[in-house]
Parts: sequence; C-alpha cells; structure tokens
Amino acid sequence: MIPNNFEYFAPTSIDEAVKLLEKHGDDCKILSGGHSLIPALKLRLAAPAVVLDIGRIKELKQIKIDGNTIRIGANATHSEIANSAELKQHCPLLGETAAQIGDQQVRNRGTLGGSLTHADPAADWPAAMLALNAEIVVRSGKGERVIKAADFFVDIMTSAVQPHEIVTEIRVPKPAQPNAAVYLKVPQSASGYAVVGVAAQLKINNGQCEDVSIGVTGLAPKAFRAKSVEDALRGKALDEGTVSAATAKADADASDAMEDIHASGDYRRHLARVYAKRAVQTAASRA
Amino acid sequence: MSFLAKYIGQKVKRTEDPRLIQGLGHYVDDIKLADTLHVAILRSPYAHAKINSINVEGAKQAPGVMAVYTGNDVEGKVGYVPCAAALPELKVPKYPVLAQGKVIFVGQPVAAVVATDKYKARDAVDLIEVDYDPLDVVTDPERAAKPDCPVIHEEFGTNVAFVHSAGTGDLEAAFKQADKIVSQRLNHPRLAPIALETRGVLAQYFPGEQQMNLWSSTQIPHLMRTQVAIMLGIPENKLRVVAPEVGGGFGSKLNVYAEEALLGWISMQLHKPVKWIETRRENMAATIHGRAQVGTVDVAVKNDGTLLGLKYNVTADVGAYHQLLTPAIPTLTGLMLSGAYKIPAISMTCTGVFTNKMSTDAYRGAGRPEATYLIERIMDRIAQELKMDPVELRRKNFPQPSEFPFGTATGLFYDSGDYDKALNKALEIVDYKKLREEQKAARAQGRLMGIGVSTYVEICAIGPSAATPAGGWESATVRVEPTGKVTVLTGISPHGQGEETSFAQIVADMLGVDLNDVLVIHGDTSIVQYGIGTFGSRGIAIGGTAIAMATEKVVAKARKLAAHMIGADEEGITFENGKFVGSPTDKAVTLQEVALSAHVAHNIPTDFEPGLVATHFFEPKNFTFPFGTHICVVELDKDTGDVKILRYVAVDDCGKQINPLLVAGQVHGGIAQGLAQALYEEVVYDENGQLLTGELMDYAVPKAHQLPRYECDHTETPTDVNPLGVKGVGEAGTIGSTPAIANAVIDALGPFGVQHIDLPLRPEKLWRAMNN
Ligand SMILES: Cc1cc2nc3c(=O)[nH]c(=O)nc-3n(C[C@H](O)[C@H](O)[C@H](O)COP(=O)(O)OP(=O)(O)OC[C@H]3O[C@@H](n4cnc5c(N)ncnc54)[C@H](O)[C@@H]3O)c2cc1C
Repeated sequence: MIPNNFEYFAPTSIDEAVKLLEKHGDDCKILSGGHSLIPALKLRLAAPAVVLDIGRIKELKQIKIDGNTIRIGANATHSEIANSAELKQHCPLLGETAAQIGDQQVRNRGTLGGSLTHADPAADWPAAMLALNAEIVVRSGKGERVIKAADFFVDIMTSAVQPHEIVTEIRVPKPAQPNAAVYLKVPQSASGYAVVGVAAQLKINNGQCEDVSIGVTGLAPKAFRAKSVEDALRGKALDEGTVSAATAKADADASDAMEDIHASGDYRRHLARVYAKRAVQTAASRA
Repeated sequence: MSFLAKYIGQKVKRTEDPRLIQGLGHYVDDIKLADTLHVAILRSPYAHAKINSINVEGAKQAPGVMAVYTGNDVEGKVGYVPCAAALPELKVPKYPVLAQGKVIFVGQPVAAVVATDKYKARDAVDLIEVDYDPLDVVTDPERAAKPDCPVIHEEFGTNVAFVHSAGTGDLEAAFKQADKIVSQRLNHPRLAPIALETRGVLAQYFPGEQQMNLWSSTQIPHLMRTQVAIMLGIPENKLRVVAPEVGGGFGSKLNVYAEEALLGWISMQLHKPVKWIETRRENMAATIHGRAQVGTVDVAVKNDGTLLGLKYNVTADVGAYHQLLTPAIPTLTGLMLSGAYKIPAISMTCTGVFTNKMSTDAYRGAGRPEATYLIERIMDRIAQELKMDPVELRRKNFPQPSEFPFGTATGLFYDSGDYDKALNKALEIVDYKKLREEQKAARAQGRLMGIGVSTYVEICAIGPSAATPAGGWESATVRVEPTGKVTVLTGISPHGQGEETSFAQIVADMLGVDLNDVLVIHGDTSIVQYGIGTFGSRGIAIGGTAIAMATEKVVAKARKLAAHMIGADEEGITFENGKFVGSPTDKAVTLQEVALSAHVAHNIPTDFEPGLVATHFFEPKNFTFPFGTHICVVELDKDTGDVKILRYVAVDDCGKQINPLLVAGQVHGGIAQGLAQALYEEVVYDENGQLLTGELMDYAVPKAHQLPRYECDHTETPTDVNPLGVKGVGEAGTIGSTPAIANAVIDALGPFGVQHIDLPLRPEKLWRAMNN
C-alpha cells in the first residue's frame, strides 16, 4: 500500500495549475479529494510522475447562484454541497445526492469534480448530473471547454476530460420545480457505492408530467439518461399504471449491464426498474 | 472467597480507553528502534504454480536495499510454520516461511526485501522477477476430495487432510424410530476476521547476548515464543516476545505466521532491527480465514417434535496449509452439535481438505458458530415440517435445570443452564405472541415479516488442558509493592476486551484497594510468567480465576504478617476493605502497612518469606457453557429482497458479570459480526483461486448504519467450574446471532414456501427466491 515516487505540486490558482498541466500533463494526475486517486496510487494501479494537488485553489471551492445557473467549483466537497442552504432551496437534488455518498469522512474529502472525472460507473453524482442537465467546465492551455453531462461519461472509469485539462466548475440550470426531485440508491454493502442509483427531476403541471429527466447510475458501464422512461412519462398524468409501464423501461437505454460479486446484471436491471418507479413517484409526491 | 464487592458487578469504564482514544497507545508500528530496516514481501499472484526461477538481482541493486531472501535462503535454516492441533492420521504438509519450488495460494510469501525504509523495500519488490508455470487450481472443497481432482500436496497423493468422526449413541436406532427425517444441506461461508490493526512484526537480535526481542501483534505471546524459538533454533529463554497494544484479533492472531519467524531470522542475519507491517490487502489474502464448511445435516424426529438423533456429514475447507489450530476448529463443531437440546444419538463425519486458498483457522466462535447455525437452522426446518411453533419445538427438547451437569452425546458435560428462563425473558421482551399476530396481519397485507429465534449454547473457558493442544490453564502473579500499589501479571493477552479493567476490578475488591492502585501487565514474556493467552472466551473464567486465586494467596500471606504486627492470632484476624483487624485486641493494620513491612523485613516472623507476592496456575476442571436466546424481527422488501431489521433482542447468560459494560460491549460487537455473517460477509475466490474480495471495498465488514438497535438483557446462572462463577462472553454474540437473523429472513419468505437459503442472505438471493 505504498505508492511509487512522484513529484508534488500545489498550485494556488487555476492559471498556475493550467501551466503545470501543460508542462506535465502527459504523466500527471490531479489530486482533489484523493479518495479515488490515493487508493489507486497505493495499489500502484496509477503511477504518475507528477501529482498536482488543487486543494489550495480557492476559486475551485465556490458555490454560488448566478441568475438561473448554479455554479459549483470542482473542488467543492460532497459535505459542502450537502450542507449548502442555497442549494437546498434552489436545487435540493444536489444535497440529497451528496448526502448519500459513502460516509461522513468520505463526504468531507471527496469532491464533485473528482467524482465526475473519475467516472466510476457506480458513483452517485453522474445520475444527478444527467437528471439536472448539468454542464462541466474544463480548462487547459487552449482555453475553456463546456461539456454537457450527457457527453461527459465516456466509458467505465473514463470521462471526457483530457490529460492537459482541469475541471473548474459544474454548472447546473436551476430546475423549474426544485422540490419535484429525488435521488434513490441501493448501496453496495461493502463500499457504499450505488449498485443502482436513480435521480429524477420532474416538472408537474396540473397533475400532468410536463417535463422529466432521469439519470441512472450503477447499472451500466457508464451512467445514462433513461430516455425511454422519460418519453413514456412526458405529457402524461402520473397514475400508477402509466408510471409502472414507463419505468419498466428503465434499463432499456443501458448500453450493457454490469455484473460482479455484489449483483448480477439481471438483478441490476430489475433494481433500476423498481427504483425508477419509486423515484418518479417520490419526486411527483414532492412537487 | 468473601469480600466486599465495590467494583465487581459495576459498569466500570475501561481504564484502557483514555490512552487509546487519545492515540497514545503503542502498537507494533508505534515502536521505533534506531537503525530499523523494513521488510516488504513479494507474494504469489497465482493460486497454484511451479516456481521455475526467481531473479532478485535487480531488486538487490535498488537504492537502499540491504538484502533480498527467497525460499532457497531459508531452507533448512528456518523451521516450518507450525500446526499444534493433533488428529489421528492428520496430514501436515511442510509449510515453509518462503515458498520453495511451488506456490499454492494467492498471497503466499515468495521473497522478502529488506531496505532502509519501507518505501524502498516496496519499490524493490516490483523488481523481482519470478518465472511461474501455472498449475491446475482446486478451490471447491467438495471437489478437492474427489479422486480425479488435481492434488496440491503431491507427497500425500490426496487432498484429504483428515477425516474426523465424533459423537455417540445408537444413530441407526434413532433413524429407525423416527417419524420423520429432516435434512438440510448448509454452507458456512468463508469469512475474514478483519482486525482493525493488521498484523505486524518487529524483530531485534542482539548478537552479543544472542538474544532476541520480537514484538508481534498477537493473542498468544508465550505460545509464540515457544514456537518461534523452535523455528529459529534459539533457546526459548533467550527469546522475548512482546504483544504490545493489539488492535483486535478475533482469532486471526491466535497463530504463528511465517512472518514472525522470517523477521526474526532476518534480524539474526543483518544484526539490525527489522519491521514488517501488514497491509490491508495482505491481511485479506494472507491472514487466516474462518468457517468454510459445507455439509448436510439429517435429524431424526418424532411427530411430537422429540429429537432422536442427528447426523452431520461435512467437508471443512482447510485451505493450502494448516495453520496453528486449523484441524481443531471443526472438532469444536462436532462437540457442540447437541446445541441446547437433548439428542440421544449424534454423529459427525468431517473431511478436511486442502484447497488453493488461504488457510482457515479460528475466527470468533471458531467451530461453534457452525454448530449453532446448523442446529438452529435445522430446528426451524423441523418446525416447518412438523408445522410446530419453532419456540415450542425448542422448549420441548431443552434439558431442564435439574438435569445439569447435562451430558451430551458428543461427550460434553454442560456445567449449568436454565434455557427456559433466558428464552422466556426474550419472548417477553419482544412480546412473541403479539408479534406472531402482527406477522399474520402483515402477511394478509402482502408484507413479508419474519421472526427468527436462536436458543444457543456455546462452549467457553477453553479449556481443561486435556482438551487443548498446548495446555488449557492460565497463570497469574499478584504482587503488592512496598508502597502498597498492586501489580498483576497475567498470562492472558487482552487485545481489546478490556481485561486490564475487569481483572483490576477483581483484585481491587479482593484486596480492598482503589481500582487505580492496581496495574495489570500482560503480553511481555520477559515480565510475565508463562501463560496461554486470549482465545476461546477464556480470559475471565480461567485468567480471572487464576488472578483471584493468586490474590487469595497474597491475602493469606499478608494475614500471617498482619497477625505478627498486631500481636494477635492469625485465625482471629478479619480482612475487610483493605484492613486486617485483630480480635480481641481490635488493633488494625492496612494492607499497605503489611506490604511495607513485608519488604523492609525488619520485623517478620522467622518462617515468613520477605515480599508480598503470589503466583497461581489455574487448571479448570471443565469448560463453561454460556447460553441465551436471540430473537430477530425483519421485514423484507418484496420488490428488491432488501432486509430491514425491525428488532433485535438478545438475552445472554454468561454466569456472573464482573463488568456489565464490558459484557454489553462484547455482545454488541459479537452480534455485529454474526449479523454481517448472516447478511453480508463472504470471502470469494474465483475458479482460478484469485481473491475477489481482496479489499474492504468488496468485503463487507458491518458498519454502524447497517446495524439495528440492540435490546440486550441477561439472566445469571452461576457455574461451579470456577470460584468466580463466571462463564465468558467473548464469542456469544457471534454464535447466537447468525441463526436468529437467518431464521427471521427465511421465516419472512414463508409465503413462498422457502425452506432454506445459504448465507450470506444477500438481497439478490432473496429476490430470486421470491421469483422462482
Ligand atoms: C470508502 C469510500 C466510499 C465511497 N463511497 C462512495 C459512494 O457511495 N458514492 C460515490 O459516488 N462515491 C463514493 N466514493 C468516492 C468519493 O466520494 C469521491 O467522489 C471520489 O473518490 C472522487 O473524488 P475525489 O475528490 O476524492 O477525487 P480524487 O481521488 O482526488 O481524483 C479522482 C480522479 O479525478 C481526477 N481529478 C480530480 N479532480 C480533478 C479536476 N478538478 N480536474 C481534472 N481531473 C480531476 C484525478 O486526477 C483522479 O483521476 C467513495 C470513496 C471511498 C474511499
């Protein structure tokens, strides 16, 4: 459990971090909360020559509401997000998701940017990011790039972030009906990660589902939008029959189902359907 | 023994805690010696492979590396890892401290790098090149016993390590008379003990004195001293083993591992202290596992529920080698097959087999959880078959209090018990009748509620020497220092149980001194007289008794001097609250005054040895048999199979409680582990012998949020096996809880006609059971 040797830098600004990335990017890893990177280093699954600790960059910690956009610094911790009164008011799904990650120690260290970049297929954030239509802002020597959540998760443990890039900010459009949302997960009994997790954000008007977006994590090699479910719900009254029929398609958009000692693919698919139904019903009941 | 109980029976807070909570304890890794070298171990990535060659040249050239050793270097120089258990015709393969010619489990030590710091040692491990030829792997224990299976230890021509039979009574007659025979195949998953502190060794050899200090995170410093001295060929009295603060063991440190002798030997080669601290990954792969039995139990019963006979045919997964007590563990299962019931005929046939996996050995409960789980599970199966209430079936077969000492068909004599009393108390706490009604109502609404009962009995205070491989007694020295402070040296080796507190409570009460004036020293073979150590829930019952008896000797000796000091007759002197009071003179001297006088020795009787110290080696005449009833109430999520524990009631009887706070702690921790065994834990190897649960992200140790609120109570049935009337409680929670939870979950699945599901009862299995 001892990492290989590496050089360590701790820049204090994004500009400085970008410069260091330009220089070392090919063999460099950014360190945020370290809850995924450090275990990987200790197990020597990752052996970068350089570790860039972004913990001292204050700009990366900000959480603010900017008109209709919620802006969260990449280095905001799960705890900071869970405890933010502003977020609770404007987008409770964020805090509800954050509060279900790991345990308190994990939430005190782990960050939104780190979690998204790591792209663990069982991580919780991807579901919420998809459901909220979030955008991820990255920077490099070439400038800034804004990536839609839907394009951000590429494959198992692979995000759209390139070696010379740093995630700076996550932008979340304020949901029209903040409370009509939920994140529900089945925690894996050892790690606490999601065997399956479903985030739903709804907009309901006169008992009709005006809009809905559902993110599913844990089931497939990458988190995905349950488009088939959304299509079957949009414009409909959310009665039991409609919701049941719609959420029966919760696994339809999964590229594949993961299998491991904790759950088979079939069971994961089943859980996605059960939890999608519960999520839609719960979110609707909160509207 | 008569004294004023000021501390005994009280919830005294652990005197260990202030230093531990503040991070001021000293574990092996906290002991820093100048010039220490650090060892990193290259371990086998294969479960079964021939080693063609090992190239260590690159590693030797690496910065900071002082030496690299392989199997060739230690061959003939370091003895084999010992197995102390004996069974007829037991096959004991030679277990080298570094693999020689072949590796037979993932994690087996292959080479050791010694460097100036642990980072350099670890880096150099990556530079060792080993050429392996993979061989066929055996992981399934039942397949291992089959003739066409590849053989792991060629010298034996078979993977069968032993066949052990136990039990008495006319089984044939029992099965003939039976109205029904209820059978069940059961699996006891392989579990990892997971002590919070991993293993660790620090060895320091003094070439001038030809002596060695060996610090190890162990439960048995003295037994280790004997074994490691033999392995290294050094005189036992020149080896000092120290178990400093030990962060949990659960049986995993009731062992002698390759690394202890290896580190000692390296220190002898390099004349420097050497240290190795196990990583968690190493701990998962190369520290013993527990349980791992698979078998079938058949029970002959009458239609009225009377048990007539029980047969258990089981395969025990030894793993690659025997560790210290590996073959002894299933023998404990055999002893406890009668459970809390009268069963006239019992027989067990256990086949122990080698597999390409880490060795199994003692894990909290060690053989008894297997027995308890199978008997408590089959009781529910019988109740199901006979359409009887599981509680009534149990009650019907209990031995009555008047029948104790109760002889079982497995050859034991249960010391004392009142099983009905504990059961009734637990039933009352949960309101069993009402619960069953609630269950009916819940079922009518389509909800899956289940109630599980386990009326366990276990075997503790291990044990009479005749029943153990290396002595079952325990030793104690009690010394009153010149200033009146009391020092206790115990052969017990506490590692989280809190016996520095409970032992001090006994001595403080018996001597009438303040608790803080008693210091309990343990774990250092150069300070403490030979002892056996901590395992088998023996601390209080055997170690505590040894201390009480030594204290009595001290009082007797002090009384003699007190009489002399007072000028009174010894017989007329009373000792109470730390004072010797003469009669009829009414003069008094304190214990402290007597202690000073005993040491100054200016005025002592001519036949009085100076000093105030006594030693006692206590040999128990029997085991003790704690018991109790655990009741669990669950509700399953129909859609997902998720288990929610609604209530958990534990009524335990461990005889007299010296410290109810410590008893509760043991029960709580034990239930946590037993519950995790029922619902979460399982060591999984794939068919290639690769460990799939090699870290805590995949191996589910229980966490606070997964545990219910415990409703604990107790009954107190004393034992006459020891003068304190104590039984032991270190493992009861683990033993009693697993079947209560399993029975509750399977009871919840009653509407689906489910008879049995193997542990762990993960949601997916339950969901499948509902949908089949
Ligand atoms: C015991 C445990 C339990 C956990 N349970 C859960 C759980 O239940 N659910 C869950 O979702 N997660 C869980 N996690 C994960 C944890 O919460 C973190 O989200 C995760 O480890 C990544 O975040 P981090 O800040 O620690 O990132 P790090 O480990 O520091 O980095 C992760 C990766 O992202 C890269 N990176 C980090 N920040 C940036 C950036 N700004 N720009 C570009 N690249 C970057 C790093 O180089 C690295 O490759 C758990 C972790 C542990 C240790």
